[in-house]
Amino acid sequence: MSESINNAAKPVLQLRQINKNFPGVKALQQAQLSLYAGEVHALLGENGAGKSTLVKVMTGVLQKDGGELLLDSTALSFATPKDAQQAGISTVYQEVNLLPNLSVAHNLFLGSEPKRFGLIDKKAMAHQARQLLSSFGLDINVTAPLSEFSVAVQQLVAIARGIAPKRGAARTKVLVLDEPTASLDADEVQTLFQVLRQLKQQGVAIVFITHFLDQVYQISDRITVMRNGCFVGEYQTAQLNKAELIAAMLGKELSQQRHQTPCLAVEHSEAILSARQLSSGQSVQQLDLDLPQGQAVGLAGLLGSGRTEICRLLFGLDQADGGTLSFAGSPIKLSNPAHAIALGIALCPEDRKTQGMIAALSIRENISLALQAKQGWWRVLSKKKQQQLADFYIEKLQIATPDADKPIGQLSGGNQQKVILARWLAVEPQLLLLDEPTRGIDIGAHAEILQLIRQLCQQGMSLLVTSSELEELTAFSSKIVVMRDRKKVAELSGEDLNPDRIMAAIAGASV
Amino acid sequence: MSRTYLPLWITFALVLAMFGAGASQFDGFASLRVVTNLISDNAFLLVTALGMTLVILSGGIDLSVGSVIALSGVAAALLIGPYQWHPLLAFAVILPCAAVFGAGMGALIQYYQLQPFIVTLAGMFLARGVATLVSEESVAIEHPFYDAVAEFGLELPDGGWLGATSLLTIALVLLMLVLTHYSRFGSYVYALGGNSQSAQLMGVPVARTTILLYASSSMLAATAGIIFSFYTYSGYALAAVGVELDAIAAVVIGGTLLTGGSGFIIGTVLGVLLMGLIQTYINFDGSLSSWWSKIVIGVLLFFFIALQKLLSHSWQSKAGGKA
Repeated sequence: MSESINNAAKPVLQLRQINKNFPGVKALQQAQLSLYAGEVHALLGENGAGKSTLVKVMTGVLQKDGGELLLDSTALSFATPKDAQQAGISTVYQEVNLLPNLSVAHNLFLGSEPKRFGLIDKKAMAHQARQLLSSFGLDINVTAPLSEFSVAVQQLVAIARGIAPKRGAARTKVLVLDEPTASLDADEVQTLFQVLRQLKQQGVAIVFITHFLDQVYQISDRITVMRNGCFVGEYQTAQLNKAELIAAMLGKELSQQRHQTPCLAVEHSEAILSARQLSSGQSVQQLDLDLPQGQAVGLAGLLGSGRTEICRLLFGLDQADGGTLSFAGSPIKLSNPAHAIALGIALCPEDRKTQGMIAALSIRENISLALQAKQGWWRVLSKKKQQQLADFYIEKLQIATPDADKPIGQLSGGNQQKVILARWLAVEPQLLLLDEPTRGIDIGAHAEILQLIRQLCQQGMSLLVTSSELEELTAFSSKIVVMRDRKKVAELSGEDLNPDRIMAAIAGASV
Repeated sequence: MSRTYLPLWITFALVLAMFGAGASQFDGFASLRVVTNLISDNAFLLVTALGMTLVILSGGIDLSVGSVIALSGVAAALLIGPYQWHPLLAFAVILPCAAVFGAGMGALIQYYQLQPFIVTLAGMFLARGVATLVSEESVAIEHPFYDAVAEFGLELPDGGWLGATSLLTIALVLLMLVLTHYSRFGSYVYALGGNSQSAQLMGVPVARTTILLYASSSMLAATAGIIFSFYTYSGYALAAVGVELDAIAAVVIGGTLLTGGSGFIIGTVLGVLLMGLIQTYINFDGSLSSWWSKIVIGVLLFFFIALQKLLSHSWQSKAGGKA
């Protein structure tokens, strides 16, 4: 398929050396992307790689801080999403960003409604909507509110809107699809791909963002990989095998931590937590897992492989519907997080901003939260006790702050993460689940958190740590569990604890 | 389909039931005169509620309209009386000023991401304060133009009479009907009420729409103030206290969702008519305290809010909680 792209042709859209900074974070550094007419171009990378930010720059939602954007070789800059639409760049976002209260037809043509005598011609609008959707194999009542339809239909409507002609706008040249298949079933995905192939023939350049690698190989012609806000490489899909792709996505450069031995010599120790055939709906399937006392176990896998779901399950946020779980030798059934905390299990969630910290509260209050909840609200922690606790952890974890009363929202990412860690260390858990503890934090804090993980092991705490950074996992794990498609596919230890082996396991048989 | 229109049909049925109850109990209730009086007595409330419908459809609220009615009435009375302006010239100055006032509130809401509730509450105090400052006393209006307008009207059979202000109100209803349901601006208002973030991403000019819509609400309220001055032949700073709440009640009883995005202009018309009919019924009865109308409206409001909750709940569950 890649041969069909004439390499001599100019790209329809080119992004060069794009920089974008948010307070305290360099979201994009020298990012780039070239799109040719009539191709499906997969934009890949793990969470936080900068895909979404790049797309937002491209579609006028965010303004770039540096670099250039060339559409048909003309340098442009979009101030609003509307500007980008006018220029012929349409976007379909991961969550359906349409209006549930308006009719399907109106969602398709909002802002470009057909008119008659200066008024919206609802009949003509419905007619055009039916025509447009029939090319998608969709035969629905276009005058009904969008909310009446399934998410899959809404998704297709969103894509149809993306290519619907817009008033005063250029023909759609670039269509950006951000995780369009996340909520579709297999048949619906095929319908979508049918439509994409059709659009390709019409010369539309399609950017396809997904974390389903199989779909990348099914539909895309070329691939651009990003990591940590940087451009990693551009590849012809046909010439890049899955293992190479995963290596590019996860990063392969060797760090000095590579040669460090795990925190403890791997000796046999009692399992603090054992799961047998543990399942939870579609999210985790028949998991066997042993977490030994005083060791850190790494959990590897791509986004959506079931890593986060395991953490949620072991913390009682989700309920198991099959299998058994035992903790410290006795069988348990976790029904809610309070139960897990009482047993001595703690979880630092993946998304610090929405699931972890309470931005407006001070460091002291954020640290005291879990301990207070564990004690019960009727036994209030005195302010003095809270202060001691906060001071202790600020000192111990070297949290950079003038005092404990600063709102956590004003700290840097790394310091915020340390505060959340302190919150859970304060309840003195036996088992600490860390979901992506090092995402989005600076290198200094990163090293400190790895150091802390080793220390905690030495003190006899058990940890389960998920991370997309394979180097990092090998730095502290006594063994690494690899997940793919909701299932455990490998358990690595000893000699096998290196990024290459992990990557091979993630890629699986298709290497 | 039926879910969208259900509140509308319920209000319509209640209007018919109320009219039927009156007609069956009192002679002369079922006459064109009662109907036209209903319109002229509630003209200023209806005009205010039209603007309020637009604002609530967008997911906002406008608490300043009662005060704007009073301020425009006082301003008109002063300009026509002591300053000797022609009424038409006075109106030509007052209406744009009101629009600017509303646009200012809209701009604050849009650019500083402030709550419409607070911004328009401030607008309410501001307008009422200015009106009182200008004149604490009621200012009478005496002008040949006012007399001419009072004379003008459509004579209907059965004692019906559509005065100039009623005709203007009907014209405004038709205008708003078209603007809301058949213009691009109207769709943008619904879009804002549906989900302003999605609307932004779909290329809706969110800022322009928000500002325009608060400007329209204030301008309609000022028009209501002028209509009110034809009704009372005066301008008074303490007039129309609480009318903003009557307007909100009428909009909600008319089936518009307080959360925005769903509702109809015709619903608001029915809501105002229903509230007016309750008052008319009480007047005909003669022995009932007029506070009964408040009690009935209170009960109706509870009923419609519960209905909204029920409908929007089934709405969400159908969309799988994802949309």
